[in-house]
Amino acid sequence: MKNTTLKQNRNSALLTSILSILLGIIVGAILMLLAGYNPLVAYQALLGSAILQPFDLGETIRTTSPLIFIGLAVALAFRTGLFNIGVEGQYIVGSLTAYLVAAKVSLPTGIHALVAVVAGGLAGAAWAALPGLLKAFRGVHEVIISIMMNFIALYFSNVLVRTWLAVGKDSTDKIPPTASLRIGSLSQLFAGARIHMGIILALLAVFVFYYLLWKTKLGYQLRAVGYNRHAAEYAGISVRRNIVLSFLLSGFLAGLAGATELLGTSEYIAIQDAFIGIGFDGIAVALLGANAPVGVVLSALLFGVLTYGGGNMQFVAGVPFEIIRVVFAAIIFFVAAKISFRWGNRKKGKAYA
Amino acid sequence: MNVVEMRGITKRFGSFTANEDIHLVVKKGEIHALLGENGAGKSTLMNILFGLYQPDEGEIYIHEKKVQISGPTMANELGIGMVHQHFMLVQPFTVTENIILGVEEKSSGFVQYEKARNKVQKLSEQYGLKIDADAVIEDISVGMQQRVEILKTLYRGAEILIFDEPTAVLTPQEIDELIVIMRNLIREGKTIIFISHKLKEIMAACNRVTVIRRGKIAKTVEVSETDEKKLAALMVGREVSFEMEKKEQKKGSIALEVKDLLVKGFHGKMAVDHLSLDIHKGEIVGLAGVDGNGQSELIEAITGLKKIEQGSIFLNEVDITKFKTRKIIETGVGHIPEDRHKRGLILDFTVSENMILSTYYKTPFATTWGINYTEVEKYTDRLISEFDVRTPSIDTPIRALSGGNQQKAIIAREVDRDPDLLIAAQPTRGLDVGAIEFIHRRIMEQRDKGKAVLLVSLELNEILKLSDRVAIIYEGKIQGWVDPKIVSEEELGLLMTGSKQAGGDAI
Ligand SMILES: Nc1ncnc2c1ncn2[C@@H]1O[C@H](COP(=O)(O)OP(=O)(O)O)[C@@H](O)[C@H]1O
Ligand SMILES: [Mg+2]
Repeated sequence: MKNTTLKQNRNSALLTSILSILLGIIVGAILMLLAGYNPLVAYQALLGSAILQPFDLGETIRTTSPLIFIGLAVALAFRTGLFNIGVEGQYIVGSLTAYLVAAKVSLPTGIHALVAVVAGGLAGAAWAALPGLLKAFRGVHEVIISIMMNFIALYFSNVLVRTWLAVGKDSTDKIPPTASLRIGSLSQLFAGARIHMGIILALLAVFVFYYLLWKTKLGYQLRAVGYNRHAAEYAGISVRRNIVLSFLLSGFLAGLAGATELLGTSEYIAIQDAFIGIGFDGIAVALLGANAPVGVVLSALLFGVLTYGGGNMQFVAGVPFEIIRVVFAAIIFFVAAKISFRWGNRKKGKAYA
Repeated sequence: MNVVEMRGITKRFGSFTANEDIHLVVKKGEIHALLGENGAGKSTLMNILFGLYQPDEGEIYIHEKKVQISGPTMANELGIGMVHQHFMLVQPFTVTENIILGVEEKSSGFVQYEKARNKVQKLSEQYGLKIDADAVIEDISVGMQQRVEILKTLYRGAEILIFDEPTAVLTPQEIDELIVIMRNLIREGKTIIFISHKLKEIMAACNRVTVIRRGKIAKTVEVSETDEKKLAALMVGREVSFEMEKKEQKKGSIALEVKDLLVKGFHGKMAVDHLSLDIHKGEIVGLAGVDGNGQSELIEAITGLKKIEQGSIFLNEVDITKFKTRKIIETGVGHIPEDRHKRGLILDFTVSENMILSTYYKTPFATTWGINYTEVEKYTDRLISEFDVRTPSIDTPIRALSGGNQQKAIIAREVDRDPDLLIAAQPTRGLDVGAIEFIHRRIMEQRDKGKAVLLVSLELNEILKLSDRVAIIYEGKIQGWVDPKIVSEEELGLLMTGSKQAGGDAI
């Protein structure tokens, strides 16, 4: 009843997510059956190869950490009522900048990595500034500008690699070890997996995200603007300022994702002929996680398992990886359709049917 | 004959009982009012009659035959139609398309639009609904949309019409029109159940009234044998005073001074047109006017929400014309906005988060970066007990509160800051008598404390009851000033439509 509305909302978000995941998995299974694969074998292979061995577990965690950053980035913008579809571009700029700091500046071990990470984050924020400013001051839709900014980032990065960073090659050299986020002992713990400090930073970001939104003045403002900008305006809260701030923070998180991936996982930049699609995954993670910090972590983990395990599933069970992308898409479809809401309403009386 | 008889109806939602052992008898050809405070259980009872809910106990008789109403379709078959509190119209569709939705007559697979259109037009004329069958819903006024809903039920052959708080969304003129329409319906042999918590309309339009208090029937009485005071007491469960003890006015120096103000409205037309106005300390100035004559724009200009083209605004001799909203609030303006859901509250925030909407950045709530939620909770606890805001907890999203309690929360927030100028726009819209009485007392207290109050309301009796002076606004100008002690509601009504000039003798 009334006093449990908040809990009910939370429960209904959780229920939506769980049902959507199950339905997504079922859709994947049906597809596999139609294509002549055994879904039980496939899913078993997926799960088994994602978490059973220390090495695989380490790799799954590595896959998960940028998803946490990107999921938080999208969720933060959502909380302010904005759709940051530009995370992909901010990610690219973040990793490019982190590479430049890593390769072109020399600093002591550790500090070098830290400076590169922060620089990547700031670059992401800078990349997000333009759509934020245009949205706030000219009312231009953030989605349009962000998509354009994604293309600019992608090709800008390629141009730099081709003409400056790796002339005549497809990819740059590796970054110096002083800037790497990898730690030997951590890798050894997971049988040599490429797990790195990124996951620690991501979990730190989750905590900061929570604290910022629910414990600070800035978070109060951001949420107020997101829920009802007319009321925020009425109370003297600057809507424009908070739109810009929200974009900057969101871009910062996306930039961190790019930076940590570069400094921890790939360690070099290659020419890319298309987007890697991490922006799409981030939107999915934020939606499935209901824009809540713990929700983002859990859904990032799920997508991490599906992505990494799905890759192995190809080899173990011979099921193409594309099926896993379908499962992703189906889950998001069901979340967006608010599956549990429908279900719940059918049973209660429908007062306004 | 009893067209409707509900016997011993009980309806529970979980452990909460919304209707308890209710007996209701509606006779043929009457307008039967269902009166009760917000949350009394009126809509629930009618949703049962319309088949949307199943009662846990009790029986229903239609035309003295026992029935089990399994759903709205069956209710339709029994001749019951309902106009809900929230309209159910498809915005981009025409009136006719909306009306035939779900009951389209087809011939060889094609909808017979022309035939339906003619029928709609004929029904509209028969009942004096003045509906254009081809108008698109999103282009027509709320009052007209409501008449479309009425026509929809008639089109489906309803004999018993349930109107759930139809007047809540209407202007005073539209309410009068609705009453005329209801009389037409009765003349054509229909029966009406009319839900409301406004006593005046019930006295004006209904034959009998059943009062529901906290889910139980308090009494059914003939309207001719009762009065507003008795009904209010039945509804609230205690004596309600309509008259307000007005203390001797201690009028001070000028607090608010608006000089030659020009504010643009939509379409570039001047919504506020060379308007001047002043309010003294210890004075309530009522702004009377037909909706849309510049009231909203004036308030938004004073509070910094709308750009001022020309003119100036002073508050206690400080020029606030160019101030931003936050600075204006800090200078001493409190604002109860006309639309509480759009401006006044963040519905997804908790009660306590809403209480600090314009003060969250100040001591004692703010620390360097953070918000001290212990202080916020202490503050909220005090306000909700002082202002009698009924909420399950201070952590409940404010969306879950009733309209009256939401409004009390806003008033608590704005009045507790003790502003030098309190702007109260439609402060009691949609509330029941108990809440209205409370809010009126709070506004009066501000005046007695020596603060200035600008009261904007479409309810003339509210303006006349509270104000020390009344300004009439018409097409963005102050048309004149009247003394609420001597002017009548009728006279005020004429002044508001611009058809009569005030004596000009500013008081
Ligand atoms: N579907 C529902 N589930 C739970 N509680 C409800 C439901 N509908 C109404 N209520 C509760 O029942 C009470 C009566 O509501 P309602 O009939 O809408 O009152 P009214 O129309 O007189 O304002 C309220 O306290 C309301 O919160
Ligand atoms: Mg109701």
